[in-house]
Amino acid sequence: MTVNGWAQIALFIAILLVLTRPLGFYLSRVLEGQRTLLSPVLAPVERGFYRLAGIDPAEDQSWWVYCRAMLVFHVVGFAFLYLLLRLQSVLPLNPQDMSAVAPDLSFNTAVSFLTNTNWQSYGGEQTMSYLSQMMGLAVQNFLSAATGIALAMALIRGFARANARGIGNFWADLVRVTLYVLLPFCIVLTLFYVWQGVPQNLSPYVEATTLEGARQTIAQGPVASQLAIKMLGTNGGGFFNANSAHPYENPTALANLVQMLSIFVIGAAMTNVFGRTIGSERQGWAILAAMGVLFLASVFVAYWAEAGGNPILAALGVDNAQGNMEGKEVRFGAPLSALFAVITTAASCGAVNAMHDSFMPLGGMIPLLNMLLGEIIIGGVGAGLYGVLLFAILAIFLAGLMVGRTPEYVGKKIEARDVKFTMLAILCLPLAILGFTALAVVLPAGLAGPANAGPHGFSEIFYAFTSAAANNGSAFGGLTANTIFYNSTLGVAMIVGRFAIIVPMLAVAGSLAAKRKSAVSLGTFPTDGPLFVGLLVGAILIVGGLTFLPALALGPIAEHFAMLAGTLF
Amino acid sequence: MLRHIRASLVILVSMAVLLGLAYPLAMTGLSRALFPAQAAGSLIERDGKTVGSVLLGQNFTSDRYFHGRPSATVDTDPNDATKTVPAPYNAANSAGSNLGPTSKALVERVQEEVGRLGGAAEKPVPVDLVTTSGSGLDPHISPAAAAWQVAAIAKARGLPEMEVRKLVAQYTEGRVLGVLGEPKVNVLKLNLALDALPQR
Repeated sequence: MTVNGWAQIALFIAILLVLTRPLGFYLSRVLEGQRTLLSPVLAPVERGFYRLAGIDPAEDQSWWVYCRAMLVFHVVGFAFLYLLLRLQSVLPLNPQDMSAVAPDLSFNTAVSFLTNTNWQSYGGEQTMSYLSQMMGLAVQNFLSAATGIALAMALIRGFARANARGIGNFWADLVRVTLYVLLPFCIVLTLFYVWQGVPQNLSPYVEATTLEGARQTIAQGPVASQLAIKMLGTNGGGFFNANSAHPYENPTALANLVQMLSIFVIGAAMTNVFGRTIGSERQGWAILAAMGVLFLASVFVAYWAEAGGNPILAALGVDNAQGNMEGKEVRFGAPLSALFAVITTAASCGAVNAMHDSFMPLGGMIPLLNMLLGEIIIGGVGAGLYGVLLFAILAIFLAGLMVGRTPEYVGKKIEARDVKFTMLAILCLPLAILGFTALAVVLPAGLAGPANAGPHGFSEIFYAFTSAAANNGSAFGGLTANTIFYNSTLGVAMIVGRFAIIVPMLAVAGSLAAKRKSAVSLGTFPTDGPLFVGLLVGAILIVGGLTFLPALALGPIAEHFAMLAGTLF
Repeated sequence: MLRHIRASLVILVSMAVLLGLAYPLAMTGLSRALFPAQAAGSLIERDGKTVGSVLLGQNFTSDRYFHGRPSATVDTDPNDATKTVPAPYNAANSAGSNLGPTSKALVERVQEEVGRLGGAAEKPVPVDLVTTSGSGLDPHISPAAAAWQVAAIAKARGLPEMEVRKLVAQYTEGRVLGVLGEPKVNVLKLNLALDALPQR
């Protein structure tokens, strides 16, 4: 590890912290339906959407109506994307004559982009037409991100309101987030990325003749406009197969910094939105502090593992001064690759600037662990906040058990029904991950997938189902996932991982909104101090850690010791 | 329910037009106007012919050129469409090796590269020169990896080592803003500069 490596990490954190509060202010104004700087331009567009769609944005929906609107929107969105992929060969903007996407791959991809996962069983430049990328995948990148933010806001309203029937209006939340936040930010980001070197064109692939006279076909496309939302919406689906490791998709260390900030910035600001809306910004900072503790620990371990390099290669006459460079790009090196890997899995982004499959055993375990904990370190846009608030409910319930009084969180009594729904949401993740992993390692169709042998092969399978169920989308890319078995099981895991959390979460939101707000008294457990931060971190680690420790022992931990012993597979 | 279906359809279709067509097409036009070279892929021409992109590495095998990193990209086997064959620096199919740290295939490949480059325990090879990049298209090598190759290039081209070393120094790029990323050498740019040196 170097001083310069840590300086880059410190710089990233500093910029993020500076952005959190102003963006939180802007986001809460947007979500509360107040005027913003962009209103003169966008308010007429917004009203146009409502009129066309027959929506009354002022209608306050109960949790069940909100949930139904969200679900119907997803069913329609799935049909649209599935058809677009199946029909891409006969649709325009297809200069490379890509054929129709196969049914199982279309199913997997449509679910993947709808659930903000962006798991990719395909390589973009070999599979997708420009129209599919733009109108299919990028559109869902916007909408799934806006959905996540909307859902988080619904839960926040549950905490903030008292004796209320409704938790907001799904359509208004969706439209407002898209128009006022995602689209304008993406326009600025796109131009920045193009300036840095990311292509933005509709040309056919370029044929070049190299200095040695060989032919090199160079993939092109409208990359920058898709890259902008892929990062900002924590979607992570690469335009190219190599994702943000591709020099066209991440040409410079500066572009890399902006990509990392894009992943985290909305998620961090959502903690501030939470604080503002319930009337105490300190509560938001407490949540962010708990995330920060886990984040720093992750960065430390991942950077340490990658900077050390592979001892087996050192024995062969390799100078490991740069760290482990297999699967990494020279312009990023070990520090930025490790940092990016932590950020992309702490949030539910899943974009990669280095191949996680080639990380050191413990370096690769950190991304895996971040996802297993439920992606609550900042997390996906919106999804991270509602995820961590569920853990906060659990933590406060545990604290209540310890002292024997009814637990309260930000003025709301946490009762049996709330805890049951919370546990339902939290338990779905391990069920999907461990269930499907177990299935894959006993079925021949599952065992055909891994490219590496030994414990690393197990890690590849385990990582895939973790990534799918946690709606992350990054991969240990050696796994051959474009098969009917993996496309369908991973697709189901993504659906479970998204909706089996959202529906109970909305039920909690509805139940909280209906409760009265209890006044702060001497007996109230303060949830904006270090004790609560510690309790929250503890609850996250105990639930995540104990559930998955056995599986981690079979994969990365076993591989780490095998490596130290010099065993090869 | 019907109300939700109508709202879903209308919002989805109008968002698809706004975000899926208007936004990327407007960005394409604006990018071409503001940053024409980058928008088109930062292509390099020499004598009127496209020789590659400054952002993408290409395969070098000749001993007169600096070599980039090994590349794990593949292409479809011309004899059997279900199989793939190695095709280093295939810029239409980016990929890493995805080999894990305890993989036999990785260790054997690295061992072979180290042997080819003449590395040994007392004279270790810079790691980036024997490992594949994430994209398979890494345009850069570390300054150490460039220095490793200087003597051989100078010999093959009949140039004084000092001159080649000076060229490498000239093409070594520092960290962005002095802190971001790692120092690096763009192999294609360096080789173009080598070719542009006065012949002797």
